[in-house]
Amino acid sequence: MSDKGVLATDKRGIRELGAEKKVGWDEVPQGVVLNSFEEMLDPKHGAASLKPEERTYSDFNSFTATVASWRVIKPVYNRDICIDCQNCWVWCPDTSIISRDKQMIGIDYDHCKGCGVCVEVCPTNPKSLLMFGESMDGDEALAGWPEKKKKEKK
Amino acid sequence: MAKEFDLNEVEVWDGNYAASQALRQAQVDVVAAYPITPSTPIVENYGGYEANGYVDGQFVMVESEHAAMSGCIGAAASGGRVATATSSQGFALMAEVLYQASGMRLPIVLTVVNRALASPLNVRGDHSDMYLGRDSGWINTDAFNSQEAYDLTLCAFKIGENLDVRLPVMVHQDGFTTSHKAQNVKPLKDAEAYKFVGDYKPVDDMLDFTRPVTHGAQTEEDWHFEHKARQHKALMDSTKVIDEVFAEFKTLTGREYKRVESYMMEDAEVAMVVLGSSVETAVLAAQELREKEGVKVGVIAPRVFRPFPFDLIREELDRESLKAVVCMDKSAPGGAMGALFNEISAASLTTKARPMITNYIYGLGGRDFSVEEAQRIMKEQKAHADAGHITTEIQQFSGVRGPKLGFFETRRGK
Repeated sequence: MSDKGVLATDKRGIRELGAEKKVGWDEVPQGVVLNSFEEMLDPKHGAASLKPEERTYSDFNSFTATVASWRVIKPVYNRDICIDCQNCWVWCPDTSIISRDKQMIGIDYDHCKGCGVCVEVCPTNPKSLLMFGESMDGDEALAGWPEKKKKEKK
Repeated sequence: MAKEFDLNEVEVWDGNYAASQALRQAQVDVVAAYPITPSTPIVENYGGYEANGYVDGQFVMVESEHAAMSGCIGAAASGGRVATATSSQGFALMAEVLYQASGMRLPIVLTVVNRALASPLNVRGDHSDMYLGRDSGWINTDAFNSQEAYDLTLCAFKIGENLDVRLPVMVHQDGFTTSHKAQNVKPLKDAEAYKFVGDYKPVDDMLDFTRPVTHGAQTEEDWHFEHKARQHKALMDSTKVIDEVFAEFKTLTGREYKRVESYMMEDAEVAMVVLGSSVETAVLAAQELREKEGVKVGVIAPRVFRPFPFDLIREELDRESLKAVVCMDKSAPGGAMGALFNEISAASLTTKARPMITNYIYGLGGRDFSVEEAQRIMKEQKAHADAGHITTEIQQFSGVRGPKLGFFETRRGK
């Protein structure tokens, strides 16, 4: 997939929540203060100057841990219908809709909790995002995508 | 730039005014507060200093004490010097957030003017608020008069903000008997005081956008214990810095503070352990008793209540001459022996001398503690010493009307 690096978990060194190295009391950070990034950021623009895939997330950044196991249903995205309106990107509470240059790319399944807000706010007909069971294969879901609904005559 | 405050070499200040002047001289960046009797004048005066151009920082009026300490935490995490004041019910409302401040290692200074906790509602001084916060992970210092309230508040910033400490610090003083009693106070000049306290050194400040940080993270059973252990270690180790800051303060002012103050203990046969403004009453009583009746009485007063000075208390108690010790608790014990009794007893257990120890609950809700009553209690200790065993109940009440109240008898010596 060409979008590897934006969506892919391997680049972040992603791990299960709680799989971090357990150190003793003498090594834990003072005051439970957790740094978000390994490197110093640009003082003028901060993290905003870097795309997520360009940032060096620290081991304790929540971005580094996957919480995919919390999800029971997942959204599947249909590129053929999407109009790139960015509604789902705006509404997603977990910044799990990946969009670059106002082009919808896909879903960050490491952090998506399956709340379904993206589906609710999708304006297309049929919807470009639909919820499926967690074990559903993506291609199978796309193959059975519903047809456009016709307006009922009054 | 804040204006300099014209100060005489000797001022007549009550404890509240003394504390507020120390906050002003430390040039606190944010004071978030919700005034409550008897500590109201501390923040009232501070508001006045700000309005009149004597401070560069900000006074933030919030809607409750919970919000006051929350505001302090936010400001401290952002990277500023922070302080506030409270008493009693306000302190109780702050309790939840006190634990956050210490766990987050934010060196906030809280001036506590001790007052009884309701019910019954009461505005007078006792130590129930001090005792409520004793496990909250703060450094607790206790001022026995106005001068000490001023001195210890300046020291509090220097102790808490030390990079090896980074813990919040309370400076306690007694409601009314200290907070509203005008006394001679020798203040430092503004520049001198600020130089002693020093510039604030931010650590992991949230306003540093080059290093974004998360403050107040959640930890469960896999991390919580290690963080609390590290925090406890920092609190226990703060004794070194406290001693250093007290030593530096002595060099500057000639006024000496120790984690445990002791008076006439060198040859003492009996001793009274006491906190707050009652210390001066006890010392006066002991001096008189020595002069008039030849009873060898000493007084021990923990200056630093947390970290508990286990080491120094032990030194005070481990004297061959010492036979009987009474611990005075100015807080309703709620179904136990007084906290001071429990902690002093624990320290005493590992000494060779192991004096007899009894407990008095006294002064609740601002009930007066007189020199005569202190002497009566001291003489009672002398009777224990002469008999070789505790002749009364172990816990008694001092100054309460009605039939005599006491609990538990000794199982030693009788």
